[in-house]
Amino acid sequence: MDTDLGLWAIPIAIIGGAIRVSTPFLFVSLGEVLTERSGRINLGLEGTLVFGAMSGYAVAYLTGSPWAGVLAAALAGSVLGLVHGLICSLPRVNDIAIGIAMMLLGMGLAFFFGKPYIQPVAPDLPSINFGWWSDLPQVQAALRVNVLFLIGIAAAIFMWWMFRATRIGLLIRVVGDSTDAARAMGLRPALIRTLATAAGGAFAGIGGAYLSLFYPGSWNEGISSGQGLMAVALVIFARWNPIACFWAALLFGGAGALGPALQSAGFSEGYYLFYAAPYVLTLGVLIATSSPTRAMHGAPGELSITK
Amino acid sequence: MADQPLTGGGTGVFAADGWQAALARRSEAVLIPLGALLAGFLVFSLFLLILGKSPAEFFALVYKAGFGTWFSWQNTLSRTAPLLFAALCVALPARLGLVVIGGEGAIVLGGVMAGGLAGAITGLPGPLAIPLLALTGGLAGAAWIGAVGALRHYRGVNETIASLLMAYIAIALMNHLVEGPLRDPASLNKPSTAPLADHLRIGDMPGMDVHWGLAVGIVCCLLSWVLIERTTWGFAARVAGGNVRAAQVQGLPVGRLIVGFTALGGAFAGLAGAFEVAAVHGSANGSLATGYGYTGILIAFLARHNPLALIPVAILLAGFEASSGLVQRRMGLPDATTLVLQGFVFIAILLSDTLYGRLRIFAPERWGRG
Repeated sequence: MDTDLGLWAIPIAIIGGAIRVSTPFLFVSLGEVLTERSGRINLGLEGTLVFGAMSGYAVAYLTGSPWAGVLAAALAGSVLGLVHGLICSLPRVNDIAIGIAMMLLGMGLAFFFGKPYIQPVAPDLPSINFGWWSDLPQVQAALRVNVLFLIGIAAAIFMWWMFRATRIGLLIRVVGDSTDAARAMGLRPALIRTLATAAGGAFAGIGGAYLSLFYPGSWNEGISSGQGLMAVALVIFARWNPIACFWAALLFGGAGALGPALQSAGFSEGYYLFYAAPYVLTLGVLIATSSPTRAMHGAPGELSITK
Repeated sequence: MADQPLTGGGTGVFAADGWQAALARRSEAVLIPLGALLAGFLVFSLFLLILGKSPAEFFALVYKAGFGTWFSWQNTLSRTAPLLFAALCVALPARLGLVVIGGEGAIVLGGVMAGGLAGAITGLPGPLAIPLLALTGGLAGAAWIGAVGALRHYRGVNETIASLLMAYIAIALMNHLVEGPLRDPASLNKPSTAPLADHLRIGDMPGMDVHWGLAVGIVCCLLSWVLIERTTWGFAARVAGGNVRAAQVQGLPVGRLIVGFTALGGAFAGLAGAFEVAAVHGSANGSLATGYGYTGILIAFLARHNPLALIPVAILLAGFEASSGLVQRRMGLPDATTLVLQGFVFIAILLSDTLYGRLRIFAPERWGRG
């Protein structure tokens, strides 16, 4: 049968790309929601993402099991988050600047230890074929959904429920909205924020493992180009709501898939500009949702970025 | 962030204390960053020891390749120029309490604009064309980072995230330009703009193998220091950096200050790009994005955003970058070693923020009135 879809290939490739590209956005932004809801911002998740990609790939290669790699990436991410959280617990330390430093350190350590793993091939994460009903290879390729994507959706729903209906969610929200109120309740804000940052780092680490173990599916030093940073901006766009993070991640994933989709459809002119689409979209979203005069709707009260 | 000062103590107005109290206050601003630098080196040394490498050998190699001979000094000083410009791009906005980390974008854009213009003005004589190239690079950088400042003030967009996004956009823009409209068909493996005509290239300073960017960079640091410490504009910026509301109540033009300082910082970073093209690479290409902008962030924080202190700190870090190749060959360490070292030092310097005003030895009261 004729498999040349012409221009229809582009939207199909974008939908498939959105599902593939969005997963790291989803995990990093869920981690950042958890951290920011507790009143801190971790700008270092870009570094965590890269370090998670490296450690996940290395462990998957050494053990032969991609899931061991995911676990290692989560562990490594939580350690980086823990360091960020502990340092920020000290008085008069700037959490934004620490985030920049952790970003550089995370990338530096990932490149340092990752050198021997650029050549070897690690096993991929499994995916489920939702495109079995179609004869078109393009549709089948677009609907081959990775298990981590589904886990990410489940995590988003769980986190939404946790903030809404559980004691832990309430504690995190109280600490994030008012340090004084939390202290008056006998809570320890620094401890809760540190734990929230460590858990957030674990999410970002898993996002990194997805990059190196599924899409693009190899480890190299250019594996992330700002996805971790864009996810932080995405959280502002999603108004600190985990469910909204999922839709925002899909949107950003679609923007990220635009360049490769056009390139594979034969457009060779100016596709570098389309590679800038996710950054332009992020910036546009930031401009549209920020305001110089009023505090942001839904923002945790203690967040330094919105004060 | 009013309770988390980016700029150090020690620059405040002095009370009528004795010289010991004044000295104690001054030393705090010098000794704490110095201690943090050493602490960062110490942690890095432990890191090397755990990996079974010798820290002594590492620092000896850095000394040899960065500062050991006149030849290595020239190598270090050549790398200092872009770092000075990149650090100014962080230090100037920091005086207003802004954390701008996208200097890399201004460098790249300044470089590609200068490289593109150079192809169009080959007819002009060098003394006229070279300042024009520098001006173009500076203007491109000023527009790029000034836009970040304007977004911050007029739209409330977080400048840290916006500047880094703008850096990614600038790199995509450069790739587009050198792969497309500005591409020299003769550049096959590495897409570049057409090579600069010989009379448009910026040469070395007399008596050394170091291009003029270093001298211009040092002059820019001195001028920035005068601007911040000795002019009403600088004073107004420091007030606004301390407390924006108070500055607005005083009737200071906070918006113009923010746009002006970010644009000036961006102009310096754009100048770095123009120098890289006209003095180092000879054409604009992907080599412009080599991370000078990110090292500049660390330099500015280490120097506590003081333009004079940027000079020695930039030379020190340029020495580490200059020795990277030798360290790789002799010790079998990957090129990311410098990045790891920078990360440790960066965290140490930020950790030291918690020490200000808490070490009793630096307390002026302890030294009384002389």
